[in-house]
Amino acid sequence: MFDLLVILIPLFPLLAVLVNGLAGHRYSHELAGRIAFGSVGLSFLCTLGVFGSVLGNPEPREVVAYSWIFGGNLSIDLAFLIDPLTTIMLLVVTGVGFLIHVYSIGYMHGEEGFTRFFTYMNLFMVSMLLLVMGNNYVVLFIGWEGVGLCSYLLIGYYYDKISAGKAATKAFVVNRIGDAGFLVAIFLIFSHFGTLDYTSVMAKASTLSTGMATAITLCLLVGAFGKSAQLPLYTWLPDAMEGPTPVSALIHAATMVTAGVYMVVRNHALFDMAPVSLATVGIIGGVTALFAATIGLVQNDIKRVLAYSTVSQLGYMFLACGVGGYIAAIFHLVTHAFFKALLFLSAGSVIHALGGEQDIRKMGGLHDKIPTTYWVFLIGTLAIAGIPPLAGFWSKDEILAHAFVNGQYHLYLFAAVGAFLTSFYMFRLTYLTFYGSSRVDPHVAHHIHESPPVMTVPLMILAGLAVLGGFLGVPPEHGWFHGFLHDVATPVGAEHHEVSVGLTLGLMTVAIGIALGGWYLAHYMYSIRPATANEMAEKSPQVYTTLLNKYYVDEAYDKLFVEPCKKLGLLWDWFDRHILDRFVVGVGHGTDISAAAITWTEKHVLYAGLNVIGYGHHLAAWAWRKLQSGQVHHYAAVIIIGLAILIHLAVVWYAGGSSTGLPTR
Amino acid sequence: MTEMVIPSGGTPWLTLVLVIPLLGVAGILLAQESLSRQVALGVSTLCFLVSLPLWFLFDNGNGGMQFVEKHQWIESPSIHYALGVDGISMPLVLLTTLLTPLCILVSWTAIEQRRKEFMISLLVMETATIGVFAALDFVLFYVFWETMLIPMYLLIGVWGGPNRVYAAVKFFLYTLAGSILLLVAILVLYFEGGRTFDILTLTQAHYSPNLQSLVFWAFFAAFAVKVPMFPFHTWLPDAHVEAPTAGSVILASVLLKLGTYGFLRFSLPMLPDASVAFGPIIMALSVIAIIYGAYMALAQADLKKLIAYSSVSHMGFVTLGLFALNAQGIEGAMLQMINHGITTGALFMCVGIIYERTHSRQIVDNGGLAKAMPQFATFFVIFSLSSVGLPGMNSFVGEFLVLVGAFEWSKLTATLASLGIILAAAYILYMVQRIVYGPAASAMLPKLFDLNPREFGMLLPLVFFVFWIGLYPNPLLDVMHGSVNRVLASQSEIVTVDRGQQTDKPTRLVADGAVNSQPLTGKVQ
Repeated sequence: MFDLLVILIPLFPLLAVLVNGLAGHRYSHELAGRIAFGSVGLSFLCTLGVFGSVLGNPEPREVVAYSWIFGGNLSIDLAFLIDPLTTIMLLVVTGVGFLIHVYSIGYMHGEEGFTRFFTYMNLFMVSMLLLVMGNNYVVLFIGWEGVGLCSYLLIGYYYDKISAGKAATKAFVVNRIGDAGFLVAIFLIFSHFGTLDYTSVMAKASTLSTGMATAITLCLLVGAFGKSAQLPLYTWLPDAMEGPTPVSALIHAATMVTAGVYMVVRNHALFDMAPVSLATVGIIGGVTALFAATIGLVQNDIKRVLAYSTVSQLGYMFLACGVGGYIAAIFHLVTHAFFKALLFLSAGSVIHALGGEQDIRKMGGLHDKIPTTYWVFLIGTLAIAGIPPLAGFWSKDEILAHAFVNGQYHLYLFAAVGAFLTSFYMFRLTYLTFYGSSRVDPHVAHHIHESPPVMTVPLMILAGLAVLGGFLGVPPEHGWFHGFLHDVATPVGAEHHEVSVGLTLGLMTVAIGIALGGWYLAHYMYSIRPATANEMAEKSPQVYTTLLNKYYVDEAYDKLFVEPCKKLGLLWDWFDRHILDRFVVGVGHGTDISAAAITWTEKHVLYAGLNVIGYGHHLAAWAWRKLQSGQVHHYAAVIIIGLAILIHLAVVWYAGGSSTGLPTR
Repeated sequence: MTEMVIPSGGTPWLTLVLVIPLLGVAGILLAQESLSRQVALGVSTLCFLVSLPLWFLFDNGNGGMQFVEKHQWIESPSIHYALGVDGISMPLVLLTTLLTPLCILVSWTAIEQRRKEFMISLLVMETATIGVFAALDFVLFYVFWETMLIPMYLLIGVWGGPNRVYAAVKFFLYTLAGSILLLVAILVLYFEGGRTFDILTLTQAHYSPNLQSLVFWAFFAAFAVKVPMFPFHTWLPDAHVEAPTAGSVILASVLLKLGTYGFLRFSLPMLPDASVAFGPIIMALSVIAIIYGAYMALAQADLKKLIAYSSVSHMGFVTLGLFALNAQGIEGAMLQMINHGITTGALFMCVGIIYERTHSRQIVDNGGLAKAMPQFATFFVIFSLSSVGLPGMNSFVGEFLVLVGAFEWSKLTATLASLGIILAAAYILYMVQRIVYGPAASAMLPKLFDLNPREFGMLLPLVFFVFWIGLYPNPLLDVMHGSVNRVLASQSEIVTVDRGQQTDKPTRLVADGAVNSQPLTGKVQ
């Protein structure tokens, strides 16, 4: 029964993919939509069943579907591992995924590619489920590439937009850089452990040398940073906002981009053996958290602000991993899934209301026109900004506390400043969108309408989760969440810091102060004295334009990597046509000349008998020339002369048995 | 040398498979010009059906030759009509019989002139290719090997593009140069291996290291040109660009495999010392091919050239796997040979479909096809993603096994080769982005109609194989295990020292009931 439930979880969306993908054009959008969200709903129900079973028996259990690849001493099953970590991920993926599917029914209503959209979304669910359920690295990798594919397809959903095609390609190629790193990690693991199953690898993890552990984990990190959009591989995520908004919510906020965090936690036994890698995770996470937040300060596209915010929040999760706070990382992953899905979907609701407008400079004063959307967006903002008692407060505070207690004060500083900026830019977004005077295009203004219930009900549920979700982890370090994940995500061999209540409360107070500070600054700049922002931009234009242009990283990458790569291709193309191909021809010319020289020598020096042969050569060459058009005859000359030499060598070799240089054993 | 006759119900399946296309040739000669394509399609489909027993009656537990037929052909020197397939050649025979009918469908309307002769060329090609894969006598092998050149030469030279003569002659001379050296090598082996042309006997014989190295490079000249390995690849883009679609498909799917098949059938087991000694050179050339081919593909503006260079890159994975000289590497390489045949063949078909509509293969002329041709775009994206090596699709399994094998051989080599997968994503998706996305050029729009049933029907089977091999490759791998173990057995003697995991191979060989009249230990002198 348990095995069946586990296998059904990815199977339902897979069936929906097949049915909608193959026959979707034969029936109505309505039915296609029902099949799509129904399949995810059934997956969610199965997940609840599995969750119930895991609550009773948290021991890891493996379920084998079938033997997938068997070659040499390599054997890979399509098999699943169910433990508390997987279960948490399953709940998030199917739960949030289900709500987003329902919302999409409303959001995508009337779209020509409705069925195609849901086919890709379901395929994404299958891949994401394989990713979190696999019991070995290769199944993880199927999911890993599969979600990348669906991300690619969905970013490029509006395929007649050239920018969508470009963004899609960029996302896939940048992800592939990470994937190559991940693949090398898999090969290293296989060559070291002789297996690719998590259970066997983790059991032997303590036998790793520090060097090997560092090599493996650094390669894994390349993969994680690609998928989870961390420095230096984050550039694809903001562009990925070309896709429809539910895609941004599901893939580019709640689930896929957190795969890197999941992977690090899943492999924490390896990371615990490699202090260098842990330090790298922490630093990259911390720097990304701060860096992306600064870009988020000045962006004017509602979805791009949220995208940079996602990059930043993922940075927090990696930072947590870097200081051994794996449970804190997963906790933030869960709460982030709630409030960021909420923010994206309510942003989608705003965009929906405004007929596709995404520029916050053309919004404003919407709070009484679309009140439900306003309230849920506000709840999302409060949650991500870290205002207690909403979900984001608890999880973010735990990460900050972890950094502080572990003595990583620099990381704490990064995180704290980042938290201040987060609070500021999120309230900036809220003020500019919902308060002040309306800057909405008058043509659009009288069409503004609240979204239908099929969209607002999922929003309300997510808002509820964003408010209450944090209590899973209360009290800090000792909540239900921590108990559930204790066995699978506690650092190996780390001493436990018992934190005094005073310090905990002190850090909480600081965190609340930071969040309120950011709020107040936004309130001041965008509500009390709205001219402040422009004045600041005018006062230091360099800072403003640098931030607005995202530190010119995209431009730099283009100049440093993309352009040289294309140029190198062209250069090699030239080399291929003009050097390599002509080399043979050149040798042909050379033989022609030498043939002529030989002929001349024979004719004038050896004279008589031998020059018959010379003429023969000449004649042959002439015959070839007549036979062939173009320069092909040169090839013939090469072949004949070369063959003569080789046969000659063979004869000599046969006669003399001279060595050809092969080392004798 | 003991006979290895595996009972196959007495039916000479291989001879049937060889002869049916030739009967088709006779049929076409007799039939009216207008019926030639129907006859060709019928015959090649029949040939495919008749080749299916090779798969269903195949004994996976036996790594040796099956469906063996042997008849005296010439008494002195002793030359036989000897046929047989093992786990290495059987899938390739099936690949050939599968693709020939598809190639005829591809040419259904595209070939308007000399249709009769075209169909005859395709069918002769089929027989010759199958003959190469199934021959167990070196002379017979060589006859088929050379025969194959002629129809291919004609396909390019008669039905090709504007620069077809240049391309055809270049193709012919390049491969002919290799072939002549192959002949020299065969003669040398004949004299050194006991005055026989029997391939199995010659495989069991042992040769001095010096002789091995000489023969190795002669083989190399023949096979490397066919693969084609860097830097012998410059004939390939020209041949592809000028060839008609069916020519490109056959060339990419089947002909290129002859080179890697040659390495696997002859170089590795007959010349184990030389394979190990020169392996690093081949591995280096393979990595160069992977990366170089990918870069070249990135720079192309012509769809066929792009896919041609991607072939150089993909075939680099095959040679990389072969010369890793371990089970994962070789099985991955064999799988990759099949995969490349399916995926690249399909991509060339797709290009043909585009060309039939817009009469241009330039990427810039063919934008925004998704809107106008949604079904086509779906197929095109599926095959492109297969080419990228997406897990769940065929190429991933092959590339993964090859890389695991190569990683065991050298970490650096495999890591460099892994860069190829990044570049593959770049050049393929960059192509897809320009072909599929965006608005279609208005001048082209009226010409862009979606797939007709014939086109749909010829792409569909290939999609099936893309996912079958991607999701459940074990049936195909099971076919290969036994034969690969044999190839490795010839290697294991000299590589056991530093590759501990292969120490069990010789015992497995005996357990298989391998036929070796000479003790294996005599191999290394």
